[in-house]
Amino acid sequence: MYAKGLRTLSIAAVAMLALALSMVFFYAPLDADQGFIQKIFYLHVPLAIVALVGFVVAGLFAIAHLRSGAARWDAYSYVSIHISVIFGAAVLVTGSIWAKGSWGHWWLWDEPTLVSFLIVFLLYCTYYPFRYAIEDRERQARYASVFAITAGAFVPLNFMAVRMAQSLVHPRTFATAEGGMPGEMMLTFLLCLAAMALLWATLVKFELTAKSASGQVRRLRRALSAPAPAPASRIAPEVD
Amino acid sequence: MPFPLPIAAPALPLDEAGKYVAAAYIVFVVLLVVYVAIMASKLQRIEREVRELADHAERRAAGAGESGGQAPPDAVASRGAGGG
Amino acid sequence: MTPTRAAFAAILAKDLRTELRTLQSLPAMALFAVTAFIVFRFGLDRTSLSGSLASGVLWATLLFAAVLAINRLFVAEREEGGFDAIRLAPVDRGALFAAKAAALVVYLACLELVAVPIFALFFLDSAGGLVPLVAVLALGNVGLAAAGTLVSSMAVNSRARDLLVPLVLLPLLVPLVIAAAGATEPLLAAGGPGYERFGTWMAMLGLYDLIFCLLGYAVFDFLLED
Repeated sequence: MYAKGLRTLSIAAVAMLALALSMVFFYAPLDADQGFIQKIFYLHVPLAIVALVGFVVAGLFAIAHLRSGAARWDAYSYVSIHISVIFGAAVLVTGSIWAKGSWGHWWLWDEPTLVSFLIVFLLYCTYYPFRYAIEDRERQARYASVFAITAGAFVPLNFMAVRMAQSLVHPRTFATAEGGMPGEMMLTFLLCLAAMALLWATLVKFELTAKSASGQVRRLRRALSAPAPAPASRIAPEVD
Repeated sequence: MPFPLPIAAPALPLDEAGKYVAAAYIVFVVLLVVYVAIMASKLQRIEREVRELADHAERRAAGAGESGGQAPPDAVASRGAGGG
Repeated sequence: MTPTRAAFAAILAKDLRTELRTLQSLPAMALFAVTAFIVFRFGLDRTSLSGSLASGVLWATLLFAAVLAINRLFVAEREEGGFDAIRLAPVDRGALFAAKAAALVVYLACLELVAVPIFALFFLDSAGGLVPLVAVLALGNVGLAAAGTLVSSMAVNSRARDLLVPLVLLPLLVPLVIAAAGATEPLLAAGGPGYERFGTWMAMLGLYDLIFCLLGYAVFDFLLED
């Protein structure tokens, strides 16, 4: 029963998002260095953190899938990756807009977090062609779990490497959001983080509910021995 | 609303910066709404399929009722209830 | 010798013998590397390389040549029932992973024995950095082999396997390239080999190798289940 609690979760997400965004524009002080453009950070960084945690969570679901063999863990893993990839696209676009506004370039190779995020995003984009190339349903789920675990372990390794590649000649002038922020900014940031996390959870649950409904329709179809529609063009993860 | 003036600001003037900030937030909203649209089309498909199945079940019940026999309509009805 | 170690040795020996007899991967890799060097010479319009350019050309070429071997790594197993054999044998299935990765290390070492001197001949002004480069290559080979074997085994049972391997493997190799190129760049500097951050990069390479060897060994069982 995936819809259980979905309404509560979505209301919580909306409320938190409304609160957090109001605080961004009406409460948080203006940044002395960057000016108004710093407001993008309240969107960009929470999205990035939630996306990355989402990828790691997908890896954990994948471990559960391999250990238990139950198909629903694979569906959780798939949906987690799916929503995190969408968040990831938002991260890259907002990061690019911030780069253009701050430095005049649409992309910065100097920003290690942005670059390593790009690599992680590209890796998870390959999840789909990889997954759908395997035609046997169980094997597809198993291999996808292996991918999710490998990629989940890869995320911290990648961040470390890219950060190290940062040239020592050009010190980073933009500290991450944690560095030396006044209290009001930190509070606003944390609320934005909570809002994005709730949004992520809501979307994952929403997607799982839709998948579950499709699954139940299929089950009903089988029970009524009704003629099936044209077979799906690809084997997709199902949730029971 | 606190508004400390920046002392040495390499930042863009407010109206310029405002456009970028607005663009970033607009991208976020658009992505969210695109997602809603995709889910809406999934919901549409589910609704269509459920409708088809309901029609099919009713036809079967009607057909079984005509050919005379109490059991099949009950069987279909109870299976439908169980599967719902 | 435990059965697992015996299996490891047997599979490794079989692979190396097959390669020696049929020469499927090695000549292709070497030829590809040399041709790639020529492409770079014209693409970059340079006859001499040093520092970051040299490092980049070398590692990019080695990587793409490695993909050629990685694509074919499990083909024999898939076509001739090698997977069934290891499933039935009372040995730790990770032995197959270890043996294949070890074979790949050997192929890469052979490739580098040919490609690196030719690279030096084509592009480098001095060979001073080549000896420490061997250490970087050695650690890089292990990481490349571990990640490559893992991805190859993931792709072997799917359609479009030749496309999937580079697609999935290359992002995974980025940290390895960062560390390897980072260590190689000062070694190939114009004024003679330098060792800035050499220790850090080598440590990063070592960490990458460790993580991917452990990861590959741990998940390999699940890839072999039928």
